[in-house]
Amino acid sequence: MKLEDDVLAGLIDINSRVLDVGCGDGSLLLHLKKNKRVDGRGIEIDQKRVQESVAKGLAVIEGDAEKDLINYPDSSFDFAILNQSLQQFYDPRVVLNELLRIAKNAIVTIPNFGYWKVRINLLFQGTMPVTKTLPNTWYNTPNLHMCTIKDFYNLCKLDNIKIIKSISVSGGKISNIQKGNLEIKNLLSEIGIFLITK
Amino acid sequence: MNLNFKNIKKIRIEKPLKLDCGSTLNGFDIAYETYGKLNESKNNAILVFHALSGDQFVTETNTVTNKEGWWNMAVGKNKSIDTNKYFVICANVLGGCMGSTGPKEIDPSTGKPYGLNFPVVTIKDMVSAQIHLLDFLGIKKTLAVLGGSMGGMQALQFCTLFPDRTFAAIPIACAASHSAQNIAFNELARQAIMADSEWDNGNYLISGKIPRKGLAIARMAGHISYLSEQGLQNKFGRKLQEQTDVKFSFDADFEVESYLKYQGYSFVDRFDANSYLYITRAMDYFDLYKKNDGNLSKAFRDSKIKYCIISFSTDWLYPTAESKKIVIALNAIGAEVSFVEIITNNGHDSFLVNEPAFFNTLKGFIDSTYEEFKNEA
Repeated sequence: MKLEDDVLAGLIDINSRVLDVGCGDGSLLLHLKKNKRVDGRGIEIDQKRVQESVAKGLAVIEGDAEKDLINYPDSSFDFAILNQSLQQFYDPRVVLNELLRIAKNAIVTIPNFGYWKVRINLLFQGTMPVTKTLPNTWYNTPNLHMCTIKDFYNLCKLDNIKIIKSISVSGGKISNIQKGNLEIKNLLSEIGIFLITK
Repeated sequence: MNLNFKNIKKIRIEKPLKLDCGSTLNGFDIAYETYGKLNESKNNAILVFHALSGDQFVTETNTVTNKEGWWNMAVGKNKSIDTNKYFVICANVLGGCMGSTGPKEIDPSTGKPYGLNFPVVTIKDMVSAQIHLLDFLGIKKTLAVLGGSMGGMQALQFCTLFPDRTFAAIPIACAASHSAQNIAFNELARQAIMADSEWDNGNYLISGKIPRKGLAIARMAGHISYLSEQGLQNKFGRKLQEQTDVKFSFDADFEVESYLKYQGYSFVDRFDANSYLYITRAMDYFDLYKKNDGNLSKAFRDSKIKYCIISFSTDWLYPTAESKKIVIALNAIGAEVSFVEIITNNGHDSFLVNEPAFFNTLKGFIDSTYEEFKNEA
């Protein structure tokens, strides 16, 4: 399992109710089911991956989170997970707030556009950055709304979202992000992981 | 076609069955088939519900018609529902015409076929009758109940009536209530049957007639609704029937015409016209919303059942939106539900044809569910 998934899993309470939005082939959900005994659900847009998830014994619904989250009742989960897909929605702000309506907490991970390699890439190449965490070229990327860790902080402030925990992942290492080190972490983190609530 | 009803397996239930319509059946027959072996722990049983024109002969050879079982594609040795591993059960529905009590069978009070004296039955009545078969076979809890179309409705109904009698349910290509369009198609079918003078006000079995034309037209109308526009176009287009140009007549010029006629008239050989009236009526009356004051979630409130809902993209009879309503209702009560919409050109009939993505979903869900069920018991 990837380091960032490990960190994410560490934030989930045992026996909690979890919704993994964009759960892919269900690997993370299965891991949580086995190791944290969670009561897990998933939404995934790709039919093949839904089938893979279902074959793992997971309760996964084929659907588009952007359209379907509205159908979930308030506070029906303890945790909603959005693993590196916030930037792929047409309206990430609405999705973020929907997550916090459905679940008491949300765990959101983002590829950080503020990472120094990304900045250098744009600064010196003059082209849209292609890096390990952002492997696609501008014309075929699924990412519609790239943001930085700082951007995410600002949006949370704007929408009165409380950041309970925020973790930086970079070069195989993890560290905490705080208000005091936000600027530097925004520069040094490849991925940001946030535990948020309202 | 020569039909051989001699080898039908059936049980007689000598208990009264109170029907939705208010009348009571004092005892009834359930004709059924089983495939595979029930294991010692009795936790590998799968109850399949058949659709409108189906019967208990899910796979292998239908001993009545001597043709292949209707779900040979999905059920059998090494198939998605593997009978090496699972014990598959299917019963002919109440009101059917393959041995279970229905309008074709003899009314003990008159010694003549019931005909229209048979009470109008519902999906709930069908399911309530079949629970006796599970009791008879000694199965406390099935691994799964499943079915497509009307079979899916029975699966849903089963979950609402007997939430503790199954671990999982797979309602396929169905809806929690019949739409106006569904009812309209069924009414067309019924009117076709009743407009045939050979139907003889439902007494054709006594008067020795067969409403062939009416039933064939009913089946033709049904068949159109089971296929998608694109499916029909791909299969037939405007192809002509063994000729190079139209004949300026009303014979079957187009291949699609002779296909429909074949489907219609071959159906007459094996199906009872009154049964068709009764079963379509049962489908029309199906409405889990109304039963629960418009709140479908209430129907499933007490169940811990694992659900896998499957729909087909080109099914316009039971469109994906209907399946999604069920998914939403189940989500609202935190039920464990999976949902897949299979992308296909095969319309409503997709569950009966070779549809690999569908089979994979079915197999994946059932096999993984079995592992869980084994650990639970």
